[in-house]
Amino acid sequence: MTAAGYARSLDLVTRVRGVRGAMIVSSDDGLVVAEHLMEGIKGSAVAALAASLATRLRRAMAAAGVGASVFWHLQGEQGALLVVPAASGIVVVAVAEPDVNVGLVRLELLRAAEAVR
Amino acid sequence: MADEIKTLSAELARDPQSLVFLRLGDLLRQRGQLDAAHRVALSALERHPHLADAHDLYARILADKRDYERAFDEWDMTRRIAPGHMGALKGLAFLYFKVGDVAQAVAHLEEAERVAPDDFTIQQALAMVRGQPMGSAAARPSGHAAVLRPAPPPPPPPPPVPEEPMAPPAGPLEDRRVFAGLEGAQEGLLLLDAAGRVLGGALRDWNGADVTEAVAAYLAGVSLEAGRTAKLLGFGAWTGLAAEGQLGHVHLAQPGPDALLLVVRDRSVPMGRLAIIAQRAAMAARRWLEQQA
Repeated sequence: MTAAGYARSLDLVTRVRGVRGAMIVSSDDGLVVAEHLMEGIKGSAVAALAASLATRLRRAMAAAGVGASVFWHLQGEQGALLVVPAASGIVVVAVAEPDVNVGLVRLELLRAAEAVR
Repeated sequence: MADEIKTLSAELARDPQSLVFLRLGDLLRQRGQLDAAHRVALSALERHPHLADAHDLYARILADKRDYERAFDEWDMTRRIAPGHMGALKGLAFLYFKVGDVAQAVAHLEEAERVAPDDFTIQQALAMVRGQPMGSAAARPSGHAAVLRPAPPPPPPPPPVPEEPMAPPAGPLEDRRVFAGLEGAQEGLLLLDAAGRVLGGALRDWNGADVTEAVAAYLAGVSLEAGRTAKLLGFGAWTGLAAEGQLGHVHLAQPGPDALLLVVRDRSVPMGRLAIIAQRAAMAARRWLEQQA
């Protein structure tokens, strides 16, 4: 996929009201592949932590027998992190306001994940 | 050493952003003051969440506390931030060696060797892990242990033996009744303490096998990482983590500062419904924790 393709996929995610940024991250090494973030969000650190959390969650879910993660959502008092694992060790990540429409962001993240396959 | 600890502590108190915590934490660890070292490292990680050396320090402390699961996670994190981090490569090699995964131990030591080709302690460790004769290397002052152990020099590393359980079995059966009366109390609800020990509930996979302890061991790392991520993003405290799996859904919540609740259901239970079940279970868990205090 081209850089423009990544940018287009992320742009659709960030158009959802309440989304402050979106990224495509390599889950193997926690590095940013592409990002579209509002100022003040530390992309590389978010990528590293999101990838690490995704890895740990994957292990826990595998142990629990619920299969591979399709979508996960970390809720905080003042924000939310929403993640969809895509193929080939990539995760698509959105950083959002706490009252974001989670269902809508999930949909856009799944579309973006499909596009980066 | 005591004077240095005092000086470094004072310096850290004056300037909490200072990196002297790295030296201070390690000194405390070397003196066996693991709880104090643990506090220093955790507090530093809150200020420096993407500093590889801070994660490495925390991992060494956890390894000394025999919390190998979390030590693994911390070294794993260190490598995500700094892929060629020598401390993390050696630490991971040590952990793999300890559980008998020689291939992974060798792979990590070989990577360390690529990063520091002149470090003879790595070559020694590689020779030992591969089961080769030590040769002249054996006479050198710093043995294999120095590179395979997270701490400096002590006795040789133990042979690969089965790991001790990460999360000891739960207490008396009565203690598991925290969720009494709640839907799925004994099959899809789990309450853990901060170290991943089971306080209540139980978990079975779709084949009916008890996976309580295995899941508990992994969740301690998830909780820590969720807190760190939320903090870095300025989210404040994390209030929940919902995940949709191919075969089922999970929801994590924190009913107390040192407790973690997991709810697992199959895919027929919508995520929203699962959040409600988790809320109820969290209330029950909170009450139970208060009674235990």
